[in-house]
Amino acid sequence: MDKLPRFPKCYKIESKPHKFCPGCGHPIVLKMLGQVIDEMGIGQQVVFLVDIGCSLLAWDFYNLPTSQTHHGRTVPTAVGFKMADPGKIVIAYVGDGGAYAIGLQHTLTSCLRNDPITTIVVNNTLYAMTGGQSAPTTIDKQITTTTPGGKSEFTTLRGPELLKSIAKPQVYFESSRNKVLPKAGSYLARGSTNSPLVLKQYLKKALETQIKGNFSLVEAISACPVNWRTNAEQTIKRMIELEKIFKLGEL
Amino acid sequence: MAQAAKDAGAKIMFGYPITPSSEILETWAKFCLKDTSLSILQTEDEMAAGFGTIGACLAGMPAFTATAGPGNVLIQDAFSMAEALRIPTVAMIIQRGGMSTSTVIYSQEEVRLTCFGGNGEGFRIVYSTSGLQELYDYTRKAFKVAWQYRWPTFILADGYQGKMMGEVQTVDSKQQTVDSKPILKQGVNLRNCYNLEEEIGEIIVNYSDEYNRVRERIEEYDEYQINGAEIILLAHGIVAAACKIAIDKLRKNGWKVGLFRPITLRPFPTKAASKLLGQAKKIIVLESAIGQLAELFKNELYWINVPLMEINKPAVGFTPEEIVETISQLQ
Repeated sequence: MDKLPRFPKCYKIESKPHKFCPGCGHPIVLKMLGQVIDEMGIGQQVVFLVDIGCSLLAWDFYNLPTSQTHHGRTVPTAVGFKMADPGKIVIAYVGDGGAYAIGLQHTLTSCLRNDPITTIVVNNTLYAMTGGQSAPTTIDKQITTTTPGGKSEFTTLRGPELLKSIAKPQVYFESSRNKVLPKAGSYLARGSTNSPLVLKQYLKKALETQIKGNFSLVEAISACPVNWRTNAEQTIKRMIELEKIFKLGEL
Repeated sequence: MAQAAKDAGAKIMFGYPITPSSEILETWAKFCLKDTSLSILQTEDEMAAGFGTIGACLAGMPAFTATAGPGNVLIQDAFSMAEALRIPTVAMIIQRGGMSTSTVIYSQEEVRLTCFGGNGEGFRIVYSTSGLQELYDYTRKAFKVAWQYRWPTFILADGYQGKMMGEVQTVDSKQQTVDSKPILKQGVNLRNCYNLEEEIGEIIVNYSDEYNRVRERIEEYDEYQINGAEIILLAHGIVAAACKIAIDKLRKNGWKVGLFRPITLRPFPTKAASKLLGQAKKIIVLESAIGQLAELFKNELYWINVPLMEINKPAVGFTPEEIVETISQLQ
């Protein structure tokens, strides 16, 4: 048993095992985030706000001040909290529906204002909690419960790319060790639960960006085998396919 | 109202411009220029204004918003959550004409929405003011009461009161009334989504019990010439101000007429109303809506054995003269 990796310290042990379905990507994102919070030693500063949808299942995932909000309204709640208590590191944890459909106006405006909060978007290309309906991120021809004939082509929303045109540009400076580090500006990135350690680096940079007073958003491509109706092999295949449609990396 | 919020100890406002509430946002913006302890966010819409207010309250900072009409419809999303999680939001609702976009100055069409706007039971505190001094006093009070009882609290006014100019007795802003503490702190995990009907059912019952336990301490009313009155006018807000002038004239003409004005529409001042209205020979409800106030009254005092008459002028104001004329024509 000693050889099993330990839970991150910020986990709430009483709420484990967690509430997510087998094969879901959420626990991978949450685990990476938990490790980042531990490694950065910011457990006393983080405030975690979760949206409606599967993200709400994280309402008692961590031993951190956590509140669920309403669908799409996590970003404005996070902005309100951060304005009232700028010393906190505020994370809005949302799905692709919350970030890019019902809450898109908040995501856009918060990015435009360069609010010092971090938004984590778990993108599984559909509404999972409600049974697999189509989302803005649903890919061309994808069959969902509300697009039984396949979704129309050229209607896939790519969130970080959309935000790029309004995000505060990054300003670089040379550090003493000649490494180029971002000095100011928003941080946008897309990772995948297939590459958790890369995703972890993005999450870390996102929180560092907030600490420097800027907006950050990390999208994580994530699997939903239950609503995709895929077995393990098909799920991995779908993930690889999605990683081609949603380009991974920092923007 | 912005001054009252400041004097109460409010530190932050979230708002989206809508007539006739925009002046509050503009005035607060000017305050923020002078006083760096205050902040403001003009949000992208009313939902963001409501949830921003919630976020700041969760952090322990007295926060407020102001809206009207269709904005009041949108912002109910946030107040439903504030009700569920006991978040002491304060909102100034400056009623416009009712239905959809409608008119921009006046009505009493937002009574039902402000009292019961969420998908719940209306565990809220709603003050209906009747003039400038009250706007100031009850706005100050709203912050204190919201944080004391932790129900979302509203000041319900209208464009007439909002646009009125006059002198107001203010208090020293150092005597701040709010006692606020962080709500979302270490060890707190909040949710408003439940697996079982029984779980949420129990919470609603507990809230209801608590609301009923404290309501008498919150209930407020105003009366005018009510002793020995045979006809009692029931009105709220600015309509009640017109009633008072009408009553003076009617009394001179020998009419035994008085006024009962609920100041808190939620919780309705039932205890006082049952004591004062039971003796009347006739109760006449006057409002700038169709039966919204009357409905609150009937819900609470359905058993009262006094003939009830309703004078409804949806979205339109009352003059003292027309009240005098209407009452004078009664048998």
